[in-house]
Amino acid sequence: MSPAAVKDEILAFDRPEVVADRATHYCPGCHHGVAHRLVGELLTEMGLVDKTIMVTAIGCSVFLYNYLLLDAVEAPHGRAPAVATGVKRSRPDNFVFTYQGDGDLASIGLAEIVHCANRGERVSVVFVNNTVYGMTGGQMAPTTLIGQKTTTCPGGRCREREGMPIKMAEIIGGLGGTVFAARAALNNVKNIRQAKKFLKTAFEVQTKGLGFGFVELLSACPTNWKMSPVKANQRIETEMIPYFPLGIFKDLSGEGGVC
Amino acid sequence: MAKNKRVFIKGNEAVAYGALAAGCRCFFGYPITPQNDIPEFMSKAIVDAGGEFVQAESEVAAANMLLGAGACGIRAMTSSSSPGVSLKQEAISYMAGSEIPAVIVNMNRGGPGLGDIGPSQGDYYQSTRGGGHGDYRTLVLAPGTVQEAYDLTVKAFDLAFKYRNPVLVLGDAILGQMKEPVTLTPTAKVPASEGKAWRLEGKGKRKPRIIKSLFLEDGALAAQNRHLEAKYASMAGEVACEQFQLKDADLVVVAYGSIGRIAKTAIRKLRAKGKKVGLFRPITLYPFPDAALAKLAKAGKKFLTIEHNLGQMVDDVRLAIRGLADSAFFGVYPGDMPAPEDFEEPIVKALRRKA
Repeated sequence: MSPAAVKDEILAFDRPEVVADRATHYCPGCHHGVAHRLVGELLTEMGLVDKTIMVTAIGCSVFLYNYLLLDAVEAPHGRAPAVATGVKRSRPDNFVFTYQGDGDLASIGLAEIVHCANRGERVSVVFVNNTVYGMTGGQMAPTTLIGQKTTTCPGGRCREREGMPIKMAEIIGGLGGTVFAARAALNNVKNIRQAKKFLKTAFEVQTKGLGFGFVELLSACPTNWKMSPVKANQRIETEMIPYFPLGIFKDLSGEGGVC
Repeated sequence: MAKNKRVFIKGNEAVAYGALAAGCRCFFGYPITPQNDIPEFMSKAIVDAGGEFVQAESEVAAANMLLGAGACGIRAMTSSSSPGVSLKQEAISYMAGSEIPAVIVNMNRGGPGLGDIGPSQGDYYQSTRGGGHGDYRTLVLAPGTVQEAYDLTVKAFDLAFKYRNPVLVLGDAILGQMKEPVTLTPTAKVPASEGKAWRLEGKGKRKPRIIKSLFLEDGALAAQNRHLEAKYASMAGEVACEQFQLKDADLVVVAYGSIGRIAKTAIRKLRAKGKKVGLFRPITLYPFPDAALAKLAKAGKKFLTIEHNLGQMVDDVRLAIRGLADSAFFGVYPGDMPAPEDFEEPIVKALRRKA
């Protein structure tokens, strides 16, 4: 290849600098990498990288700070929205987001997420729902679907015994301080593009000082679902989306916020 | 704040005045008796001073908000009383592990469980042994007067940032609810550069900073614990205590906080009757003033520890004087309210005891 040809080469696709150039510890077919990437792209496109303070949670994404090169503080299990409240109240000019899984946010951290949203804290929450405790080896989560087998509901989740899977985007959408709440999925290109759009709005309601933004991302956990990555993607379509519908549950982004 | 202003305030208010004087910018609270004056006062005063007040959904959340603010290098605090402080232990452990500065006030009430809303020193172990999971320590300051509630709260912020560690101010229902004149000594302005080397503020053009307590790599956690151990050892110089009429005393009464105050009155009365007794009042409970106690033991003095619990600090007293002397113990049960007269008989009895 001649030097001239190299010069003319156009780089069509690259990772944003904020996304670390390293292999992740995630299992094959896991969607955390996709979610990380979307967050990294948006922070870059929106010019927020330098002023972001990220609050990481407990679960598979505990090492998020190894993959997104941002100032970060590690919250105790479920407490990320409270930690984010402390961060944002201390540094209102910074961009603050939490990144939490379903065990963290919808079980042990339910009080913190509900009240953070209800106060209308100017923070953004990325909620990854894969219907299972991944890091600890596949136990039942508050979002585990009826009939889904896990290591702590080996016969399958039963409504009479364990209750129904909790629908967080709907709950958060029903709270006064929420400006934007939506659910997307990461199982195909179309849904990933929608996820990015939702995340962008959730981030914007913070940068515009309007209030609380929340996006739930339906994600695959092939290892704990004991499925191939392709089958896991199909499960999102055939089992998760029918119960956890995609879409926007509250959007006041065009109305000037909540207070 | 006017220079050397004198005010007549409650211990709880003195804590709030001290926090504001120390440059506290964020307060995260939750209602619980007997410390409600602190969040009530702060909900207006800290906002007037340009800071932030949040009434959290729980003590768990309040302590985690504190963690977030501390990670940003902001002077912040929370206050509570015993059952609420139990709930804060999760975040206190994480803050110790992540080296986040923070001030936590505990106006100790009776326990265990819901207990009562009266005074107690039942949280001595919890305060001085870390309190949450893992092997860590927090600095513990124990005011005995409303003036000290002000002064030590100011000091707590300086120490928290000096050591990047949570600092506890341990009072009780007596101190919180008691009114005394207080001199509001002026304080130095917090330098804008405080915490500049580690605080989170968005990475800008520098490398990202990570404030965390998870250390999974081979040897990493041991290294962190070694580092923390050295830090705790370096706190020894902060030790503080009050020594009252000990020079010629045959008996040293060891008592802290409000109980130290009550014991002091008992000692004054006994001195008037010619009894050679004195008071040793630890002001820092961690680090514990063990060298000063050992010195008194070497001088051949006898010891009596008085506490508002079933016997907790007495363990530290006995450790401090081990091999030299022993300490008798007199405990007031949480739920009972002691008067100076209640201490006179145990003190005289200990004075008569053979060393």
